Amino acid sequence: MLTAVSVPPPQAAAQRTSVAGPLLAVENIHVQFATDGGIIRAVEGLSFSINPGEIVAVVGESGSGKSVSALSIMRLLPRRSGRVTNGRILFEGQDLLHLPEEEMRAIRGRDIAMIFQEPMTSLNPILTVGFQIMEPLKIHRGMNDAEAGPRAVELMRLVGISDAERRLGQYPHQFSGGMRQRVMIAIGLACNPKLIIADEPTTALDVTIQAQILELMKDLARRFNIALIVITHNLGIVARYADRVIVMYSGRLVEQGPAEAIFHRPRHPYTMGLLRAVPRLDRPRGAQLETIEGLPPSLAAPPIGCRFAPRCAHALDACGHEPPLVAIEPGHFSACIRAADIAAGRIASTAPASAATQTSAVAEPAPLLSIRGLTKHFTIKQGLLGKKTALRAVEDVNFDIFPGETLGLVGESGCGKTTVGRLILRLEEPTAGEIRFEGVDLGGADPAALRAVRRRIQVIFQDPYSSLNPRMTVGQIVGEPLHVYGLVADAAAAVRRVADLLEQVGLRPEISARYPHQLSGGQRQRVGIARALAMEPRFIVCDEAVSALDVSIQGQIINLLEDLQRRYGLSYLFIAHDLAVVRHISMRVVVMYLGRIMEIADRDTLYREPLHPYTKLLLDAAPVPDPDIEKARQPRLIIGELPSPLAPPTGCVFSTRCPLAGPECSQTVPALREVRPGHLAACLKI
Amino acid sequence: MAVATPAVAEAASRTRNPVLAFGRAQPLGAVSLVAIVAMMFGGIFAELVAPYDPLAIDFGSMLAGPSIEHWFGTDAFGRDILSRVIYGARTALVIGFTSSFIGSTAGAIVGTASAYFGGRLDSVIQRFVDILLSFPIIVLALVVVAVLGRTLVLGIDVNLIFAIAVPILPKVARVVRAAALSVRAMPYIDAARAAGYSHLRIIVRHMAPNLVAPYIIMLTAYIAQAILLEASLSFLGLGVTEPTPAWGLMLSGNASDFFREAPWMILFPGIAISVAVFAFNLFGDAMRDWLDPKFKL
Repeated sequence: MLTAVSVPPPQAAAQRTSVAGPLLAVENIHVQFATDGGIIRAVEGLSFSINPGEIVAVVGESGSGKSVSALSIMRLLPRRSGRVTNGRILFEGQDLLHLPEEEMRAIRGRDIAMIFQEPMTSLNPILTVGFQIMEPLKIHRGMNDAEAGPRAVELMRLVGISDAERRLGQYPHQFSGGMRQRVMIAIGLACNPKLIIADEPTTALDVTIQAQILELMKDLARRFNIALIVITHNLGIVARYADRVIVMYSGRLVEQGPAEAIFHRPRHPYTMGLLRAVPRLDRPRGAQLETIEGLPPSLAAPPIGCRFAPRCAHALDACGHEPPLVAIEPGHFSACIRAADIAAGRIASTAPASAATQTSAVAEPAPLLSIRGLTKHFTIKQGLLGKKTALRAVEDVNFDIFPGETLGLVGESGCGKTTVGRLILRLEEPTAGEIRFEGVDLGGADPAALRAVRRRIQVIFQDPYSSLNPRMTVGQIVGEPLHVYGLVADAAAAVRRVADLLEQVGLRPEISARYPHQLSGGQRQRVGIARALAMEPRFIVCDEAVSALDVSIQGQIINLLEDLQRRYGLSYLFIAHDLAVVRHISMRVVVMYLGRIMEIADRDTLYREPLHPYTKLLLDAAPVPDPDIEKARQPRLIIGELPSPLAPPTGCVFSTRCPLAGPECSQTVPALREVRPGHLAACLKI
Repeated sequence: MAVATPAVAEAASRTRNPVLAFGRAQPLGAVSLVAIVAMMFGGIFAELVAPYDPLAIDFGSMLAGPSIEHWFGTDAFGRDILSRVIYGARTALVIGFTSSFIGSTAGAIVGTASAYFGGRLDSVIQRFVDILLSFPIIVLALVVVAVLGRTLVLGIDVNLIFAIAVPILPKVARVVRAAALSVRAMPYIDAARAAGYSHLRIIVRHMAPNLVAPYIIMLTAYIAQAILLEASLSFLGLGVTEPTPAWGLMLSGNASDFFREAPWMILFPGIAISVAVFAFNLFGDAMRDWLDPKFKL
């Protein structure tokens, strides 16, 4: 049966599970989408196989075809536009592509389950959670309510939801994001599937919750011998989970092999670049991030031959021909003609570090921005009668930012980090407290003074798709502040200045005639940066400025921000949830939890010797792209869920989840005190 | 670094004839546009197009059926119905377009301001809109007509236009406010606020262009509504008065008395109203898709 497969199953995995054949064999599939812009070849010649109980990660950037491949296996491609033109998908020897729809429906949910990225929208809001867990049992197993009920309770316990009997009757909105993802897993597990396909299962979740879900999925897969396909862009997750890794680029498989081999001996330049482009939590910050230059090719008109060749530093003329997938060692394949050169060490796996390093400590007496006692309560009306409750988004926050400094602000969603940024930008009025910029109190400033100050505080937003006005061209977007603030003499000077600004952020001047939707995500983020720079700011709030971007693009933007900082002496408040990115870019770091500051320290101090128990757990929870470290360690999971900011715990807000908490922690609010010089923490236990 | 692909193909598509491009992308819209243009042509050049004087009474051919001389027949006074339908297009378009334009524009301004400023102003405006919405359209228009009476400017009753615009205002304000609320929450509006731009600039330069789509679709859809409303008011004797040719008016009076003997008296103005309403609705839909920059590449 397997003789026709172009890629034989990996030896290691085959030995571990000595079953007759693989559970799933994808053989040379091609997927096309018919669009107005022509035919998009989303997947080309993809082959791989999965054995029972094996965990395989599919890694790639957006547009690499990883999600499309998963949908093809489930036969869930959009019916009219997308189709598999070629190839076979064998599940237990049965070709799924030629099954009648009726039989395919029986396989979905029973033998193959799927878990989606967005737990907020993948559960039906008007049906109880219990109903949704019992539904596949009734459909695929023919159970009635009396039989399905106990099984649902069992499943809820299995995925770690306590008080299962009561919670079965609740609706999805009564569950948090992490709990909903657990429910999704319970639904997936309901019929004892042989294969679970998880498409970015933890991307929408916070670091601590992500760690819980990852552990749960790994544990369940091992216990029940379920094969797992995890689709992700996060290399840390791959390292924690996977037995085997498949790397995709531009619709093709470029490398596959055991996780340990992929991470330690990558044999494709794209994989190598990907591994280098991620900021690392487990290593001290070197110099600038190494990036993969350029953009992924358009799938409507891909380059001939190796798709990666245009971005590859080691490309040869021969790369204009289709590279074959060759075996380098047992189970490890690379689609690069220079794989042997890489293996022989003739192509450097890490480029020499560039000279431009970051000055870590800024000793400047006068802070550029100083925040004292900043508090923001939102009034929430509940119920028809409008009972008003205060949502405590930010409570008594104090910190300073010095000229030329990058201050990282990390925390989970709902911790108030974005609100702090919005308060500084005066997009929200603070309930109490003081924000001084260059010595001027922004709260007490008259409108004219505020307007003058405002230009020097700018912002870069997370979502490059919604932060640019879709009705304005790039030239108008970047040029507007020049006209409004009279920063240029005339129209011709404005055009020159716009071209100059675009060049500063690495874009061609021709782009100014385009509209935002004609640009890629990375290009849009550059336009957003150019817009901020047009104001000639001194201080920029970067609100999750790189978290919506692909790994290779993320590295480019981080380097750009650092370049600009050096060139113009900018200060940044870098708000993010990704600890590794914050570590890379920040000089000092503030950790927030539920509206309060937990810890402030120098970057290196904080990551080396965190003081606050929350910081410690946060650092533990974050996955690191190294399978040896990941597999060796036992993460100390943060138990429980984030309390509601409508009714925060008394005393220390972290006391309900803290492993060190004692009775006094729920009595007194710990003050932020200087434990060591320059290292502040708010905890009674240290 | 990031590389822009040449903008050649895009430039070619932009210099292409916009009318042809519209027709290719929106065939139904193009058909409706033809109907609208024909109506406008007839309305503007009614003197040249219409075979007879619409007011000329000819007792020699009363209630004559459709024939070579009178394609659409004649009415109880022997007036040529085709001519009256053509002149009626002028009345319908002038009143329909101006009242819809006034009502939609005022509604869009109110709705956008309401969404942008929010808070108490929003509550006050929305309660006022609620009050206006609680009246049936026709009743609201009747009240305005009754209170204001008639004021003729250039032979057009401006109070009638106003009466039709008033019921349109709250509906447009509601829809535009909803759209403006979602635009208001977009990060690019935050970016404009963070840049310290004035309220006026943010509303005019940043919000309004993103509200053009709902505005245009409401405007064109309410031209149809306004034509209907004008016809209804005229039918009730509160709109356009005899002997001015107007479609609604042609349906009322003795047209209904002679319905059995002369159905063409009702048929043709009725068809004219339906075609006009249908054409403007289709055109509104087509414009909505056409104006969305995401559909252009």
